[in-house]
Amino acid sequence: MTALPGTTEKKLGLVIDLDTCVGCQACVTACKGWNDAGIGLSDQNPYGADPSGTFLNRVHSYQVAVPDAPAQVVTFPRSCLHCDNAPCVTVCPTGASYKRAEDGIVLVNEDACIGCGLCAWACPYGAREMDADQGVMKKCTLCVDRIYNETLPEEDREPACVRTCPTNARHFGDFADPESAVSKLVADRGGYDLMPDMGTKPTNKYLPPRKKGPGTASPLAPLLDVKATGIAGWLDRMLGKT
Amino acid sequence: MNQPRVETQREVGDEVRQTTCYMCACRCGINVHLKSGKVSYIEGNRDHPINKGVLCAKGASGIMQVTAPSRLKAPLRRVGPRGSGAFEEISWEEALSTAVAWMKPLRETAPEKLAFFTGRDQSQSLTGWWAQNFGTPNYAAHGGFCSVNMAAGGIYTIGGAFWEFGQPDWDRTKLFVMFGVAEDHDSNPIKIGLGKLKARGARVISVNPVRTGYSAVADDWIGITPGTDGLLILSLIHCLLEAGKIDLDYLAQWTNAPLLLNEADGAEKGLFVRNAESQPFVIDKTTGHPAPWDGKGVQPDLGAEWQGNRTVFRHMVEEYLKPDYAPEAVEARCGVTAIRIRQLAAELAQVAFDQAITLDRPWTDFRGNEHTDMPGRPVSFHAMRGISAHSNGFQTARALHLLQILLGSLETPGGYRLKPPYPKPVEAHPTPHFVTTPGKPLTGPHLGYVRSPDDLCLLPDGSPARIDKAFSWENPFSAHGMMHMVIPNAHAGDPYRIDTLFLYMANMSWNSSMNSARVMEMLTEEKDGEYVIPRIIYSDAYASEMVAYADLILPDTTYLERHDCISLLDRPISEPDAAGDAIRWPVLEPDRDVRCFQSVLLELGVRLGLPGMVNEDGTAKFKDYADYIANHQRRPGVGPLMGFRGNGEAEGRGAPNPDQLARYIQNGAFYQAHVPEEAAFYKPWNKAYQDWAVKLGLYETPQPYLFNIWSEPMRRFQLAAEGFGPRQPPDHLRARLKLAMHPLPIWYAPYGDEDAAFGYPVHALTQRPMDMYHSWGSQNAWLRQIKGHNYLYLPTKIWEAQGFAEGDWARVSSRAGTIVVPVAHMAALNENTVWTWNAIGKRRGAWALDADAPEATTGFLLNHLISELLPDRDGVRLSNSDPVTGQAAWFDQRVRVERVAAGDHPRGTVEPLFERLSDPPLAGGSRAQNSSKNFAKSFRKLLVPGGEAER
Amino acid sequence: MHPAPSVILFSTLSGLGFGFLAFLGWGALAPSGWAAFLLWGLGYGLAVAGLLAATFHLGNPKNALKAFTQWRTSWLSREAWASVATLLTLAPVALSAIFGLGLPRVVGLVGGALAILTVFTTAMIYTQIKAVPRWHHWLTPVMFVAFSVAGGAMLAGVIWAPALLLAVGAVLLAVWRVGDGAFAKAGQTMGTATGLDQLGVPSVLDPAHTAGNYLKREMIFVVGRKHAAKLRKIALVLASALPAVILLLPLGLWGIVLAAVVHLAGALAARWLFFAEAEHVVGLYYGARG
Repeated sequence: MTALPGTTEKKLGLVIDLDTCVGCQACVTACKGWNDAGIGLSDQNPYGADPSGTFLNRVHSYQVAVPDAPAQVVTFPRSCLHCDNAPCVTVCPTGASYKRAEDGIVLVNEDACIGCGLCAWACPYGAREMDADQGVMKKCTLCVDRIYNETLPEEDREPACVRTCPTNARHFGDFADPESAVSKLVADRGGYDLMPDMGTKPTNKYLPPRKKGPGTASPLAPLLDVKATGIAGWLDRMLGKT
Repeated sequence: MNQPRVETQREVGDEVRQTTCYMCACRCGINVHLKSGKVSYIEGNRDHPINKGVLCAKGASGIMQVTAPSRLKAPLRRVGPRGSGAFEEISWEEALSTAVAWMKPLRETAPEKLAFFTGRDQSQSLTGWWAQNFGTPNYAAHGGFCSVNMAAGGIYTIGGAFWEFGQPDWDRTKLFVMFGVAEDHDSNPIKIGLGKLKARGARVISVNPVRTGYSAVADDWIGITPGTDGLLILSLIHCLLEAGKIDLDYLAQWTNAPLLLNEADGAEKGLFVRNAESQPFVIDKTTGHPAPWDGKGVQPDLGAEWQGNRTVFRHMVEEYLKPDYAPEAVEARCGVTAIRIRQLAAELAQVAFDQAITLDRPWTDFRGNEHTDMPGRPVSFHAMRGISAHSNGFQTARALHLLQILLGSLETPGGYRLKPPYPKPVEAHPTPHFVTTPGKPLTGPHLGYVRSPDDLCLLPDGSPARIDKAFSWENPFSAHGMMHMVIPNAHAGDPYRIDTLFLYMANMSWNSSMNSARVMEMLTEEKDGEYVIPRIIYSDAYASEMVAYADLILPDTTYLERHDCISLLDRPISEPDAAGDAIRWPVLEPDRDVRCFQSVLLELGVRLGLPGMVNEDGTAKFKDYADYIANHQRRPGVGPLMGFRGNGEAEGRGAPNPDQLARYIQNGAFYQAHVPEEAAFYKPWNKAYQDWAVKLGLYETPQPYLFNIWSEPMRRFQLAAEGFGPRQPPDHLRARLKLAMHPLPIWYAPYGDEDAAFGYPVHALTQRPMDMYHSWGSQNAWLRQIKGHNYLYLPTKIWEAQGFAEGDWARVSSRAGTIVVPVAHMAALNENTVWTWNAIGKRRGAWALDADAPEATTGFLLNHLISELLPDRDGVRLSNSDPVTGQAAWFDQRVRVERVAAGDHPRGTVEPLFERLSDPPLAGGSRAQNSSKNFAKSFRKLLVPGGEAER
Repeated sequence: MHPAPSVILFSTLSGLGFGFLAFLGWGALAPSGWAAFLLWGLGYGLAVAGLLAATFHLGNPKNALKAFTQWRTSWLSREAWASVATLLTLAPVALSAIFGLGLPRVVGLVGGALAILTVFTTAMIYTQIKAVPRWHHWLTPVMFVAFSVAGGAMLAGVIWAPALLLAVGAVLLAVWRVGDGAFAKAGQTMGTATGLDQLGVPSVLDPAHTAGNYLKREMIFVVGRKHAAKLRKIALVLASALPAVILLLPLGLWGIVLAAVVHLAGALAARWLFFAEAEHVVGLYYGARG
């Protein structure tokens, strides 16, 4: 099981648009809510001094020192990237961790998980969190229980994080299809991989923030020298009385 | 390979109930999935006009709100000293009869001794009506604290406003500029709009001292010095005027620019020149003679001078072409270079005039002139608290509207569009009512729009009639009241003492007050064996910090357990293309002895015999809030909800329909009345829109009007300050009124700037995080894991000057107080500004959190630094508020920041740290899941000296 | 990485146990009767105690048997097979020694090799983790095997055990030297982790969550530089130099016992450092403000 499929029929995943994400955390709790109802994501000491819980999606916020421009702030959602070459899969001793041949989704079969944590160690992206109550590994399922779920209206068959994202900064689709919206976004906007040197070949892509800075309009030319002509001169010119 | 079988057909629940979210003021539609009667999942309603399916972090965490252990579970009576949190449970009968026993004598003798103020109340059309029928002048909601500058600045200028009164034409705008917008009204619609702009690659610019959130994704960021936005805007106006880049046609047709101003010295100076019918008029360019302002075919002359009286336009041009407004003159003050100001002006002009768009939609204006199409100037703006929470915020809001007017973009395609019931001019709003008669209702609503000193709420001796001093000379246009002054004034007995303070959803002893620590003292101070504020009744669903300070608690339901109406009479959920209203309904039954506050209010009304709430035989007119929503009529045929009236088909006007709520529920808990296409733009002047609005019941007759570049109501106050008129302000306010009430938008330094001279040079701001914005319950178990404590962010200049390092703490002091808090460095920040996330800090013991919760130990509020009063001036202390509207000026705050060495202050505990509140009886029922796997944890602690990398 | 006591104990004890079993299998000692029972018992005891300690690390041990299924790809699965194979192969050897059954020597030779292979598989569990650059190096299995062989030789009273112990010291020095530069050499930064290196130099503004989580507890552990330096010295002296010296002293069996105790303490310190000093790249997302 823990052998990776050579290729997958589809490559389902997410495009995350860092030019659009405002860091509102909606995807974080929509994910928590959906998956808590499904696979269970526990919280420890939820109202205590030291709360802790299992989340499958976290949103970081960074400030970036940019050469010759004011510093920028980028909010950055982080979840499983459903890598083609997923190290979390091959390390698993029980076969609980696997990548689906049909769509490339990386999943954990909780019935087989021993909670050794090795897959979480193997993942460079921190995509896996062990649930402290259940003792098994949790990770983004790409909402496999939504995207194929015929009990949901068709338009809702997308991951909870994508459905809830208020700015539409998250896009779901098939990267194996070059004509898909996600493939086109990646091509048009320079979508990139996280830590490409780790050799994980992530499916999910991030779109970089667009270039920022002052606009290109040329400064406005004064109508005339107001100081010299006075307001009357300005009025005459403006209102076309001369 | 054989892969495990995956459950892909999971049923979310066995039932979906659609209602309206209440985690902030957005009022998004939600699908509440239930499984065996319990909430299993909450998601956005795709058909809902506000959120179109999306939902924010708070909305998606609503499930934790209905299971929160901090939910109050029964009525409570205080048994210990006030503030101790010692309560006993009592029955509802006891609670209601106690409240009535307190209030009834007041109504019969001195109704003003009851002050009824609500916080994040979404039922103001009911609560206001209740207070009106009780007969007390002392009613308002949270708007005066929140953002009344935004509302009033807009209404007085354009008959609409930012806030939720309108929105940019997201589908067409090409350049969107935000001033002081953080997570603000309204949150999801702005995000959806930004998403649309980003998808099209449209340009977004943010003017904000702090570059986070929306400012972070903006294509350009202008890190302005707080309180100087108005000056920057007027400088942009200067640049546009200088270059002649203004929309003359728009100004001539739709604004009061061509009206003539009386220039003769005396009591009429600066008022509009009026004709025999008391109507202002214009000079027709074609004839050179006076012509009616609303006359068909008239071509108003902007540059006219008639009998020595010149147009508003000429006065305006004269003002803003002054060199004082040149970019070079304002750059230092604004912290924005002259080049950048000129650059921004050029960008605005380029998009407005060189990239103008036209919609092929013929329409007719109110004068009867026909137009073949709808030209649009695709520049739009939004502004919120960053400009409004200053003592010059009203004028700044006006300045921004003036900028939009000069560009000709307001209410045009691609510009900023108003949402029904707006546009609505000042004239269509009521004036404030305040005259009390024991045992009788007020003659009209409390809140309104003052036109002249005659409308002020003053007692015969000239003193303020309202406990908050709203609509007095100190803050004449306080259209939302001044909730932040109620407790200080009641405590000081200025203007008078009250007996009972009745509060709803208002955390006055914590984050909804300025100077919270002092407010706690005011609430507990005794005089002659009695509390200075003798009785406090409070309703809330949760054990907020305020609960401990009340004598009687009326526990409210959570948002999924209650009825509500989001009404056109109040703050509806309209879109520019549709009027909209909505309901909440109990998708869950409460599992505790709590009641929907609005039903309780109606029951109190019955017991007090308030008109409108009782039948002639003294029985209840409405069974509960739901019954009121369906059957109350504010005017004949017009009730709280516009949809499904009469036989179920009537819209806007129609007899009450007993099935109305059921129809709303069927319809996803909302209703929309669509604006006809030809009525969608130019609404204040569009005949089709005006007719549609009358048909819907928004007003009784068409209300076309001109945008007010020159504000006559403001000029009337200036005249009074100059000594004209029978009603005269006290002398100490004359100078301030003369300046603040300038009829053209102007800029003056915020009052807080004076503190710089006393050694408090740094601006201090707060922002609500998007994941907790406005949320009534940031104790939410999921959200508090994301932000359980906060830092004060310091700009590089301060960080480096004092040698701050990661993990440091600082002492932050102001003229009002001192706090000691953790700090962090932030580079993308105005260099003279510090800021923090607001309302993360909680009082120990509140909200059913552990006493050692990070919210209490390292979370903090800036409120302790903010005085509710300005410094003493010749024995007078005025509210720390905008002099026009009374908007609390919390963003005026100036502080001093000093690094605190580890030896001088232990890390891990903020100052001030208040005594722990004891728990009132709570619902408990926490979903607390304690790990059984703590073995390793305790073992680890023995072995590991390094500790975990957590902060 | 979080220095979990269970994993530290497991890898140290089982490494020592398998090392000792290897020497027993190879016939470095030829005990019989009760002596054989005690010595083989010690070897088995250490190895099995280690394996039991490891199960404390499991969140869901009831599925432990499934760990044998993925030997084709998973080093942890291979370790399971190797350890069971070792214990099963050496069992008849041990019985033969205790009861004098005279089993052919070759079984012991094979069993001994399997024991070292087991230690190698254990090491490979860590070595394979690219996300922890300090571990992702051939020196990791060298270190594990060196500890195992030296410890086994020490317990077996092999004459060149002091030299092997000194070799452990040399390996430790090499591991630290290479390890200290490993993270930088791997080239991952907050910039590459987020891709924001295209824009400039990122640092954390707000923490993603102020509350704790599994990642912060498990993968982000900061050990003070001074504390680490001190522990390294202790590890070097206790695991390598001191037991080597003790073995050279004429203390007989007690010398071995004393050396073993000292060595084990040193080995635990070294293993604690192996985890505590290992930086996981996920820490880059959290940065200092975490």
